[in-house]
Amino acid sequence: MADNKQTEKEPLFSKKNLGLVKDPLTDNNPITVQVLGICSALAITAELKASVIMALSVMFVLAMGNVVISLMRNIIPSAIRIIAQLVVVAALVIIVDLTLKAYVPDLAKKLSVFVGLIITNCIIMGRFEAFALGNTPWKSFLDGIGNAAGYGLILVVVGFFRELLGSGKLFGYEVLGNPVEKTWLYSIGYENNGFMLLAPMALITLGLIIGFQRSRNKSLIEETH
Amino acid sequence: MELLQLFLKSIFIDNMVFATFLGMCSYLAVSKKVSTAVGLGAAVIFVMLVTVPLNYLLDQYILRPGALVWLGEEYAEYDLSFLTFILFIATIATMVQLVEMVVEKFAPALYNSLGIFLPLIAVNCAILGGSLFMQQKEFANITEATVYGVGSGIGWFLAILAIGAIREKIRYSNVPPAFRGLGMTFILTGLMAIGFMSFGGMLTGGDEAPKKEVVENVVPAEVEETPVETTIDSTAVETVNDSLTEIAQN
Repeated sequence: MADNKQTEKEPLFSKKNLGLVKDPLTDNNPITVQVLGICSALAITAELKASVIMALSVMFVLAMGNVVISLMRNIIPSAIRIIAQLVVVAALVIIVDLTLKAYVPDLAKKLSVFVGLIITNCIIMGRFEAFALGNTPWKSFLDGIGNAAGYGLILVVVGFFRELLGSGKLFGYEVLGNPVEKTWLYSIGYENNGFMLLAPMALITLGLIIGFQRSRNKSLIEETH
Repeated sequence: MELLQLFLKSIFIDNMVFATFLGMCSYLAVSKKVSTAVGLGAAVIFVMLVTVPLNYLLDQYILRPGALVWLGEEYAEYDLSFLTFILFIATIATMVQLVEMVVEKFAPALYNSLGIFLPLIAVNCAILGGSLFMQQKEFANITEATVYGVGSGIGWFLAILAIGAIREKIRYSNVPPAFRGLGMTFILTGLMAIGFMSFGGMLTGGDEAPKKEVVENVVPAEVEETPVETTIDSTAVETVNDSLTEIAQN
């Protein structure tokens, strides 16, 4: 009860609440700092469009799941909380899966297994355990949005570089010219690096992003290997 | 022979870590020492061995469109495939719990060395991913599904064993500070993935072998379809006959 009174005094977008959204974007990013949710982050980043859809799906599941778990936090017995959490996530993922199949069927086919894998995405279980079980619904909602945005940011950056360098397109539009008719950049001898579209380059791109982030922010550097 | 092919393919070519990026979270978190990496890898192999065939049975007899036909003709139209995620994750959570209890009872030393990693397997994407890929690949029988499950588990084990060994040795190298830890592990995994890509040529050798198989599979299917076509359309029969003679000439 004391918890509730405190939030009523607080304005909805207080500095502390905004921090919940901002922190995961950079200094506390779920992928590059907390090392969560990498499984699905890498596999679907060969195209920017798929990355964006995946990021939005995770944002929906994480924000809604956080709110639901937060609402139920006082009635879930701690012994079965993992199963309760899994059921909530699975239900939300089924909603996302069916929605994608209805409105973007071709993309849903490409993402197929990876949408299902949102269930075992560590970010979601991690945020339920670490945040939603001990905070009010509104804060949990903001925390979910923030963390999913941090996850989505990395997805979009990796997807941007892989699609641009790998197939010369962004969202399917040929921004660098047409490779067959040799227009624009291709007329001066530019070639697509098809290797960017293959699995290993997703890992290496992410490794380089992590290195870049840590060289800018020294406090994130790990002491040991 | 096909089973052996499937086995090798699931270990090396479709490797869980290097080709589909599954189970990366625990792969990164538990690979600092070889001993813990081996423990978790073995547990993953075992859970895969049990859950993939179980989920195969669930998929065949409950989830597939028309799978409920064994209950009676009137159930043949039911399509429960939207329940896939919930049933698969329930199977996995139950099996992990069971494995945990069995290991605790009969091998307490192993149980203590694995510690918290055992229950964490329930939320390892490689396990759920294995079952979902199994469903997508539509295996013909339960033996194939089991071989696929074990093979994927061994592939994951190999990957975590290798990166564990590399991370133990890399402590003595002078890595640039910004790349220490996570960044370098990612780049190393990427380089290992490039290495594993070369296994792709292991089974095909060239392009000819798989193409021949496809043609052989197509012919009997078309022969079976001809009597059905005759009742519907005579032009269709001619085209089918033409294609049949073409195939025979080839």
